[in-house]
Amino acid sequence: MVALPARERPQLRCCGASGCRHAGAGPLLAALRAAAAAGGPAADDMSAGASAALQPLEVRSVGCLRLCGEGPLLAWDGPEGTRLFGGLAPAAAAALVDQVRGVASLPLAADPALAGHQLDLEQPFFRLQRPLVLEGCGIVDPECIEAALAHGSYAQLRRVLHELSPEAVREQVRRSGLRGRGGGGYPTGLKWDTVALQPPGRRYVVCNADEGDPGAFMDRSVLEGDPHRLLEGMAIAAYAVGADHGYLYVRAEYPLAIERLRLALQQARQQGLLGQGIAGSSFNLDLEVRVGAGAYVCGEETALLHSIQGQRGTPRTRPPYPAQAGLWGAPTLINNVETFAAVPVILREGGDWYAAIGSGNSRGTKVFSLSGAIRHTGLVEVPMGTSLRTVVETMGGGDPDGGAVKAVQTGGPSGGCIPAALLDTPVDFESLLALGSMMGSGGMVVIGQGTAMPEVARHFMAFSVNESCGKCVPCRAGTVQLLALLDRCLERGATAADLEALEALCAMVKATSLCGLGQAAPNPVLSTLRHFRQEYSAAPGAGR
Amino acid sequence: MTEAPLPAQAHPQAQSSALTGGQGRPRLRLATVWLAGCSGCHMSFLDLDEFLFELAEAVEIVYSPVASDTKIYPEQVDVCLVEGAVANVDNLELALTLRQRTALVISFGDCAISANVPGLRNLFSAPGRDSARTVLERGYLELADASGQLPHAPGVVPELLPRVLPLHEVIPVDLYLPGCPPSAERIRAAIAPLLLGQRPLMEGAAMLRFG
Amino acid sequence: MSVITLQVDGRDVAVPAGSTLLQAIRAAGLSVPTLCHLDGLDPVGACRLCLVEVEGGQRLLPACASEASEGQVIRTDTAQLQGYRRMAVELFFAEGNHVCAFCVANGQCELQDVAVAVGMDHSRFPYQYPQRSVDASHRHFSLDHNRCILCTRCVRVCDQIEGAHVWDVAERGSDCRIVAGLDQPWGEVEACTSCGKCVDVCPTGALYANEDTTAEKHPHPERAHQLRRAREHQQWLR
Repeated sequence: MVALPARERPQLRCCGASGCRHAGAGPLLAALRAAAAAGGPAADDMSAGASAALQPLEVRSVGCLRLCGEGPLLAWDGPEGTRLFGGLAPAAAAALVDQVRGVASLPLAADPALAGHQLDLEQPFFRLQRPLVLEGCGIVDPECIEAALAHGSYAQLRRVLHELSPEAVREQVRRSGLRGRGGGGYPTGLKWDTVALQPPGRRYVVCNADEGDPGAFMDRSVLEGDPHRLLEGMAIAAYAVGADHGYLYVRAEYPLAIERLRLALQQARQQGLLGQGIAGSSFNLDLEVRVGAGAYVCGEETALLHSIQGQRGTPRTRPPYPAQAGLWGAPTLINNVETFAAVPVILREGGDWYAAIGSGNSRGTKVFSLSGAIRHTGLVEVPMGTSLRTVVETMGGGDPDGGAVKAVQTGGPSGGCIPAALLDTPVDFESLLALGSMMGSGGMVVIGQGTAMPEVARHFMAFSVNESCGKCVPCRAGTVQLLALLDRCLERGATAADLEALEALCAMVKATSLCGLGQAAPNPVLSTLRHFRQEYSAAPGAGR
Repeated sequence: MTEAPLPAQAHPQAQSSALTGGQGRPRLRLATVWLAGCSGCHMSFLDLDEFLFELAEAVEIVYSPVASDTKIYPEQVDVCLVEGAVANVDNLELALTLRQRTALVISFGDCAISANVPGLRNLFSAPGRDSARTVLERGYLELADASGQLPHAPGVVPELLPRVLPLHEVIPVDLYLPGCPPSAERIRAAIAPLLLGQRPLMEGAAMLRFG
Repeated sequence: MSVITLQVDGRDVAVPAGSTLLQAIRAAGLSVPTLCHLDGLDPVGACRLCLVEVEGGQRLLPACASEASEGQVIRTDTAQLQGYRRMAVELFFAEGNHVCAFCVANGQCELQDVAVAVGMDHSRFPYQYPQRSVDASHRHFSLDHNRCILCTRCVRVCDQIEGAHVWDVAERGSDCRIVAGLDQPWGEVEACTSCGKCVDVCPTGALYANEDTTAEKHPHPERAHQLRRAREHQQWLR
C-alpha cells in the first residue's frame, strides 16, 4: 500500500515503474540519491553522534504508487507517517531531502519547490483500495529479492512445500473462489484440478503476461513492481499441479517488466527458490521468460502456446483445452499474472478468508487501471462487487473538467461501453456480461461527453482488424467489412438498413469466429448500439 | 433462404407482386439493358433460339439493345434484365432511371452481380488516385504518342466513375441471374416462371454457379 | 473398436469412437459445406463453413475439428447456420479478387461449389479489391494470390504428406498470404520437390499448372487422402 505506518528512520520511496519513469522518475531518483549522499554518510554508516542533518536517508526505487497521472510519484515515510508527492522535478530533490532531515529553512507548505505537489493520501482513491495482489507493490524494491523476502515473499511457497500436499493447496484455491483474472473468469481451482488430474506425465505451467488491451496496465504494474510475488504464486501453482517447467510469456512492449522479471528469476535461482530441490524440498521448477513479438492475439491461450513452441501465433480450436493438451501436447496450466499473484495471499490467509471478500460468484479483489476522461489516472485494487460509480466517480474523481462521465469502457476491444446511467452496476463477472461488456483484464477507459460512441466502436474495430491473426474468415474478413460499415455510419449517419446490416454481421462474427478475439470483436459495436443507438443515426458530427 | 438485409440491398420495394400489375395488360413489358459488359449475356439471350418465339408472343420488348430501337427507357416496365456493371455516369443514370420505371429488376450475369471483368480496374485505385484516372492515363497518355490527351467531352463521352460498381450497390435489385454468361437454359429457366407471374427458384448449380 | 451413437438432424448414427462430427454427419448420409477441410490432412477449422449446433452447447462447433461424443444431438442446417454460412462465403468472395470468368479453375472450383451450396447469388459485402501478386517463378506451377482463400491445404499437404514444408503463412489479418520458403519466389525454394500436391489440393485457382489456362485446371483433392491411407494402412491400391 502507499501509506505505511509511522517510522522513526525516514525513507523515500520513488516509483520506478514505467508510467513514472516516463514522467521523469529516473532523474528524480538520481537527484534524490545525490542529495541524500551530499547531506551525510551512506545509510549503513550511521555514527552514534550524527546530527539530524546527518541522519542516513534511504531512497528506494519501488513499484507503482497508484496515482500514475500525477507522476513521478514519491512517498516519504517518517515519524508522521507517509506523505505522497507528485510531479516533483529533480531540482526539488534537495529541498525535499532538507525537509526529510528537518533542516529546511521553510515549513513544507511554504517551500516553493514542494508546495502544491503534496497529494492527499486520505482521498477515496487511496482510502478505498484493498491491496492484496498489490500488497507489496510500491513498498518493495522490485530489483531486490532481499526486500521481497523481508516483505514475506516466498514464505508461502516454503510453507506449502513442507507442510501441504498439492491436493491441499488446490483445496485452498478452490475454496477461495478465485476466478481467472485475464478476463475469462474461469474458476482457477477447477483449472488447477483439471491439469493435476490428467494422466501421469510431464506438465507445464504458463503465465500469460501478454497484457494487450488498450488502457490496461495492471499486469505490467505487478511485473514491474513485485515480480517475486508472481514467481511465488506460479511456483505454488506448479507444485499444486505437478509441473516442473514453466514459461512467463511477456509482451515485448514491456521491456522494463522483462528486465525485472529476468533479474527476479536469477535472484530466485540463486536463493534456491527456483531450480532443483526448492527450499530444501524435493520439488523442482524451472521458469523461463518468453518474449512476444507484438501480436495481440498471442494473449489468447492457444496462440500463446503456439508462440512459445516457436510457431506462428495463431489460435486453434478447443477442445482439447490446454489443461488437457497444451505445450507440446502436455497438460498445461495457463493463468494470468494477476491470478498467480493472488495465490500467495490466499495460501497465507486461507481460501475462506479470501472468499469472504467480494460478491456473488466473484470473490476477492480485482485490480483496475483507470484512464481516459478521468481526474485520477492510475491503478486501483478494490473488492469485487464494488460499484462502477465508486471506482470511476468516487475514487477516480470523475471527469477532469467537471463534466459528467458519459460511459465507461471495460474489457478493451473485447468488452463494451457501459453508460453513465448504469454506473451503479457492481463490478463482477456476471453483471458486466449482462450489460454486454465484460470484466476483461481490468482496463477501464472513461469516456467523456465530447466523445461520439460510434467513434469509440470504430476505434476498437480498427484495433481488431489490425490484430486479427487471419486464420478464420469471420475475423479476418468480417472485421474489415464491419469497419467499412462503421466508416459509412460515421460519414453520413446510419440508415436503418445500415444498422441492421451491422447487427447481422456482428452476430455472425461473434458466433462463428474461431477464437475469443474474433468472437468478442463485435462487442464494442453491439454495446454501443445497445446503449447509444441514437448516436449512430445522428447526422455526421453530431454528438461530438 | 432468408435474405439478411445488408447495406447494398436495402429495400426490396418491388417484389414480383409487380408482375401481377402486368397481368392487367395483355403482355409483360420486358426490357433488357446493357451497361458495362461485353454483351455476352445478351448474346446468350439470343441463344434462346426457338424460345425467343414463345417469348415474343408472351412479352412486349419495350427497350433492348438487341430487340428494340427505343432510345429512351420507357415507363411501366414489368421486368428488366440488366447486363453489365455500373462504370460511368451514363450507366449510373440509366440504372437509376430503370429502377424508377421497372417493377422487377434482374442483375443479369456476373458483371451486373459482381462487376466482374469491368471491375478489374478497381484494382488500380490508390490513395488519392481513383482507378478511372489511372486507366485513362495509362490508355490515353502513357501508351500514346506525344499527341496523347485525356478524353474530355462533357455530355458526349460519359465520365468514368471512380470505381466500377455492381448494380445492387447502386439500386435495389430483385433477382440475381449469375453466369458469365448465364447459359441460355439458365436464362430460360429464370424467365419462364416470370411469364406465369411466378418467381423462379434460384437454387443449385444449374441456376446459381458463377463463371 | 468402441462405437458411439449420436443424432444428426434427427437421424441416429453410430460411428467409431474418435470420429469427428464431420464423419458422423457423413455417416448419417448428410453433408455440410467445407473448404479448408480435406480428408487426409489435419483439420484447422478455419473456414467456419462446417459449423454445427450441438444441443446444450454454448458455441457452434466446427464439425471437421470436433470429436463426436456419445449421445450428442447435432443440427447441421438451421436457418441461422445457413445465414452464417452464406455470409462466410460472401466474405471469401469479397476479400479476394475472384473473377470466375477467366479463372483457371472455373468449373472445378470448390469456392464456386460452396457458393452454390449456400445459395449465394451475390455478395452483400462490397468487394475489397486487394493488391495482390502472382508468383510465376516456378518451372511447372504458379501461385495467384488473388484467388487464394487461405485454407492452408497447400501448407498442410506439403508439411504433412510431402514432408517438405515449403509453404507457410505470412503477415496477419487481411494481409495474410501464403509464402514459399522464407518468403522467396517459389522457383528459388530448393526444398520444393515439384511434386504438385499443393496444386492438386488447392480448392481454387490459386495454385495451378502453368500449361493450364481458363477453366482447364483438373484438381485432385482426393490424393491427400489416398496417400495418407496408403501409408498408414499399407493400402496402395484403391
